[in-house]
Amino acid sequence: MGNPMKIRASAKDGVTEIKILMSHEMETGQRKDANGTVIPAWFINEITAKLDGKTVMQAQWGPSISKNPYLAFKVKGGKAGDKVSVTWVDNRGDTRTDEAAVT
Amino acid sequence: MVDRVSVGVAAFLAVSAVAATAYAQQKDAAQEGIEAYREALQDGNPAELYEATGEELWKTPAGPKKASLEQCDLGLGPGVVKGAYARLPRHFQDTDRVQDLESRLLTCMEALQGKDPKPYVEAAFTAPPKEEMIALAAYVSGQSKGDPIAVTPKHPKEQAMYDLGKRMFYYQGGPYDFSCATCHGQEGTRIRLQDLPYIPGTKGAAAGWGSWPAYRVSAGQMWSMQWRLNDCFRQQRFPEPVYTSDATIALSMFMAANASGETMKTPGIKR
Amino acid sequence: MKHAMKPAAFLAALLLAGPALAQTKAAPSWGPGADDAAFTRMLAASFKDKGIARIDRLTQDETQAFCSDPEAAASPNAAETRQRIEAANMATVKWPSDGKWLGDWKEGEKIAQSGRGNTWTDKPGEPNGGNCYNCHQISPAEISYGTIGPSLLQYGALRGGDEETMKAAWAKIYNAKSLNACSNMPRAGHMGILAETQIKHLMALLFDPASPVNVKTGPVK
Repeated sequence: MGNPMKIRASAKDGVTEIKILMSHEMETGQRKDANGTVIPAWFINEITAKLDGKTVMQAQWGPSISKNPYLAFKVKGGKAGDKVSVTWVDNRGDTRTDEAAVT
Repeated sequence: MVDRVSVGVAAFLAVSAVAATAYAQQKDAAQEGIEAYREALQDGNPAELYEATGEELWKTPAGPKKASLEQCDLGLGPGVVKGAYARLPRHFQDTDRVQDLESRLLTCMEALQGKDPKPYVEAAFTAPPKEEMIALAAYVSGQSKGDPIAVTPKHPKEQAMYDLGKRMFYYQGGPYDFSCATCHGQEGTRIRLQDLPYIPGTKGAAAGWGSWPAYRVSAGQMWSMQWRLNDCFRQQRFPEPVYTSDATIALSMFMAANASGETMKTPGIKR
Repeated sequence: MKHAMKPAAFLAALLLAGPALAQTKAAPSWGPGADDAAFTRMLAASFKDKGIARIDRLTQDETQAFCSDPEAAASPNAAETRQRIEAANMATVKWPSDGKWLGDWKEGEKIAQSGRGNTWTDKPGEPNGGNCYNCHQISPAEISYGTIGPSLLQYGALRGGDEETMKAAWAKIYNAKSLNACSNMPRAGHMGILAETQIKHLMALLFDPASPVNVKTGPVK
């Protein structure tokens, strides 16, 4: 399930800027704990953003993305009140979706 | 012996001044790169995630008394969170102690929720009880973001705490003879590439005090001021300060009062 | 922690530093003498042993006690005390046992790079680093250096390598307080941070003509 994302979206002159902060450990699978045991890889590998139900951004991620990732991008279109929905899926099959309204 | 040596020292200083000028340009380029990186970090501070967790902890009933922390008095009256962090540490009538945020949170958790503060004091900073403290600190500090730091020791115990903090700041000890002042007692210096705030001055004190709690990108960790101080003492080669002990509150009072009038920028973000 | 110099118990140290301060300030508001009992109580209640970092590290020797009130320590009235402290620190310096000043500069560079040792997260028995780059510019290739201490670029090239120069550098590394009572630099030899061979390697980093510290640099644009 994970912790909630922080999503902010604002429309200006026909362009919507979407900023997403995700809560995720993003373990690379390269690190070892104090006992020398490898910490298993655990990271978001798929992320999708929708604006008013239409997919506007889709990405495949790997273990090189930092812990608690921050993602910002701009899309054409969108207006105040439109619904932004973001979904991530991680390599354990866990997933989370959060929503916000464009301001 | 002493005379010959002091001649050597004078020559040594003169030479280093020349070398410093020659390499000033190279230094500036490195400095610019670091500043650009720090600026890029400002957008999307993951500290917000911890603020959200802290707010939930603040508002959710917990402990033997099944109460939330919403009636906690952080100095501005029960339930007032907005602006409270910018006015801490301060003297509290009910405990008759000068308290920083984290010690005050423990008081509220004990009084309102019936929780035993001991496990919170003793847990490692990466253990769940401390994660609660840090999230709460992130939340409360975020409610003072942009406020002027307003800490002026007035109560005799506040004044005594400031003096003890100043003395703690200059107190040398351990195998390296370090005090806080060894690193934070001169203007414009750095360790490796890390700039060191000059804590006795207003601007430096604000750069330090006004930016913690902070999210540390390289470690992927949220640090409270207590954790910051704890790690300073570790690097100072001192024994470990007890969580929310008077030495840490005294130093906090010294920093906060020196920073008074500057802006609170909490929670911050660090490399 | 080794104290070759006479260790002073905390309260004794306060008594030593007290009179020096009283000469410069009528009513000390915060330094030694202000409220020693409260400060001692605070220290005792605020710190605990962790790993190799024990609370006895808070017990000051005379140098540490004197330098903990920097304003008083720097005042003209304290000149005699400063000289006495410097002389006492100079007396602790152990010169190289075989008369040789220089080791291997490559080893010296590794020691200068390492900041490890003596914290509560360090294990006992492992060799300590010198922490040199934390405060000094040394080899030109290392751009991540601190500025609390002076740049050491061209150290040997500018000074040569006569006996007196070597001696001053050795004393500075072994016990920095022998030359400046309240230097920010740790007393690497005196406090047992670095062993004799490690100090020799650092000396080589500073003085060996082949060390990157001493490579000729082109004209600065």
